[in-house]
Amino acid sequence: MTPRRRRLTILLLAALGLGTATALTLTAFQDNLVFFRSPADIAAEPPPPGRNFRLGGLVEQGSVERGTLDGRPNITFRVTDGAHTVRVQYSGVVPDLFREGQGVVTLGQIGPDGIFHAREVLARHDENYMPPEVADALRRSGHWNPASGDPPPAAGWNRLQPQRATGS
Amino acid sequence: MFPEIGHFALTLALALACAQAVLPLMGAHWRDSRLMGSAAPLALGSTLAVIIAFGALVAAYVLNDTTVVNVVQNSHSAKPLLYKISGVWGNHEGSMLLWLLVLALCGAAVAGFGRNLPSALQARVLAILGLILAGFALFMLMTSNPFTRMWPPAPDGQGLNPLLQDPGLAFHPPLLYGGYVGTAVTFAFAVAALLEGRVDAAWGAWVRPWALGAWAFLTAGITLGSWWAYYELGWGGYWFWDPVENASLLPWLATTALLHSAIVVEKRGALKIWTVLLALLAFALSLLGTFMVRSGVLNSVHSFAADPARGVFILGMLIFYVGGAFALFAWRAPSMVPQGTFAPISREGALVLNNLLLCCIAAVVLVGTLYPLFLDLIFGRLISVGPPFFNTATLPLALPLIAAMALGPLMPWKRAALWPVVQRLWWAALITAGAFVAAWTVMGVPFWPALGFGAGIWLIAGAKADIWERIQLFRVPFRTSLTRARGLPFSAWGAAIAHAGLGVSALGVAGMGLASETLVALSPGQSTNFAGYEWRLEAVRDAQGPNWTARRAEVTVTRDGRAVVTLFPQRRYFPIGRSTTTEAAISTNLMRDLYAVLGEEREGQAVLRIHDNVLAPWIWLGGLIMGLGALVSLGDRRVRVAAPQRRAKAVSA
Repeated sequence: MTPRRRRLTILLLAALGLGTATALTLTAFQDNLVFFRSPADIAAEPPPPGRNFRLGGLVEQGSVERGTLDGRPNITFRVTDGAHTVRVQYSGVVPDLFREGQGVVTLGQIGPDGIFHAREVLARHDENYMPPEVADALRRSGHWNPASGDPPPAAGWNRLQPQRATGS
Repeated sequence: MFPEIGHFALTLALALACAQAVLPLMGAHWRDSRLMGSAAPLALGSTLAVIIAFGALVAAYVLNDTTVVNVVQNSHSAKPLLYKISGVWGNHEGSMLLWLLVLALCGAAVAGFGRNLPSALQARVLAILGLILAGFALFMLMTSNPFTRMWPPAPDGQGLNPLLQDPGLAFHPPLLYGGYVGTAVTFAFAVAALLEGRVDAAWGAWVRPWALGAWAFLTAGITLGSWWAYYELGWGGYWFWDPVENASLLPWLATTALLHSAIVVEKRGALKIWTVLLALLAFALSLLGTFMVRSGVLNSVHSFAADPARGVFILGMLIFYVGGAFALFAWRAPSMVPQGTFAPISREGALVLNNLLLCCIAAVVLVGTLYPLFLDLIFGRLISVGPPFFNTATLPLALPLIAAMALGPLMPWKRAALWPVVQRLWWAALITAGAFVAAWTVMGVPFWPALGFGAGIWLIAGAKADIWERIQLFRVPFRTSLTRARGLPFSAWGAAIAHAGLGVSALGVAGMGLASETLVALSPGQSTNFAGYEWRLEAVRDAQGPNWTARRAEVTVTRDGRAVVTLFPQRRYFPIGRSTTTEAAISTNLMRDLYAVLGEEREGQAVLRIHDNVLAPWIWLGGLIMGLGALVSLGDRRVRVAAPQRRAKAVSA
């Protein structure tokens, strides 16, 4: 085999491999990208049922109810970004730092009943940590300007008046 | 006083590293042996300075010097000594100092053991290492000085993140850094080769052990990290395709490719340009990993502080080193003449296929890791790419790789025919197919785990076939086989062991595909049936540790009325830092892990999550075997005595 043909073979093989990798990446992206949505996003544009996405916000004060569902511990709570809330149902052990008033990110899908059925609930390892998605959702709903300090307590989130365009 | 000594030593290291980066390069350019000769002493000097700086920081931690900001933020007098020391690298500044220390030690190793290297090559390699060392020392002094004092001193430290107070995590960063820094050495060799405009078999013989060492460290570091995630995070998983995990996987993939292509350079003199490119890529990916983990663009346990100045600095270094190296590559690589021809079906061809597939996997993982960052940066859209993406995109590429892994080592160099190789592996293929079909149809194992079992058995059988073929077992008298086995080079044993190790890991991963879990709320005295065992919650009591208090559940596991084991899962509360961690209780008999996590307690009931993790320990066992394979291969005679032989050749040439 001449060096020329050898190089051609290797180039073809490399192109084939790269092409396969690209095709795999694109098809996998199509099915598996998980978007982040805040409660306000869901209110504005209800996501298609059966599609996984991440929902984040603050756990609304006084909304956490624990019980059992089919013998498994079950927990329901509401996630708020100040403007809107979404009910979340989850059966599993919530993370150590899952608290009312703390930021939370959940992964799951919305059911026909309008309840978000979470497969995973993530809270971070640090008490003062605010997941960036949650902070962003709060900022977009006009309830918190990060420049003005820590987020306000979650107790009165739904009664707060959005303070748009102040301090920016 | 220790912090001042440390600070001074760090500055001294920077100055020495700058000299180390400049003088030997000039010497190599002008063929001035005195200037070239300065490389080794300078490298030893900068290493000594970094050792002193590191020692000073360790002393500040051990003595709990509360006038040092870094100690106050990350340590506490009530912490056990091991975690006081491991706390040194449990934060951004300290971990960068550890990075620097490992890099300096590698430089010293090249200076000390590299006497057989051609002096110009050694000078250039040490100069490039000095340049990298200078960059990181400057980075530390400018943006993350661990020796900054504070006044008045704090009454006590704020403590280390409890998740990091764990023996696994005490050793995970040094191992991983050993790997990252090992790629810096191969990078230095690659850049030096580009400067010389020459890559020969001797170069391959030098790069391969370094790539092998880096690979062994990366493998051990990743294995340990995965094991830590398994028992400490308490989620029952071992790999989450988290960007931080991917940041360590990417250099691993590149180094795996590199150490295979370096074999071709060493043995056959082919694939030189490609190997140089891989060495550059491996270090680029290591730096990218450092950037992603340390800059705060990702949020995880690993990103200690999100400081934009640091991110910009590391990005600047990334552009300087990698951009510079690639520019040099574009300029010099065309002048290197390709050598060594081979047919597509040959040992070389198999190694090219290995490289191709590994690079494709790395590209897919890279895209999946970076895409969310770019989308957020450019369009402000928040998305995440989870495990399903990585599984669907990488598995189809990993399968042919695994299939070829058993075939490749049996092929002769230069030219081979596929059929004789397949013939020699027919029994391995038969066992593999048998295992797959039996698992899938008879035992009712789902398709993918069954395929995983097949893959694992194929790899192990392939590795065994490789050794059998080499020692001609059953074809010549047993005694002859034994003599042949004794005469077999260590590198052949190492390769077979490492390949079999991957097979063991594959079996573990396949087993975890069969893992099951359940969640129950039990009152003390109640029990539940799961995975053929009866799990009975005896009691939940308080427990006390050195710097934590805990709730500790006692769960007895019985099978058919016979006691199997008693598990004690805990929820620990750390008053310093006010945080809680879950300590999973794991009992293993090597075939399955019984894994229990204590959840919340409410109305006298405790929530328990219990897992039955089939073959889970095999995942990390396989990782250990792979690392062992690398060590065996490093003991090869070729590595130990290659250098003098080469010098003799160089003289005669």
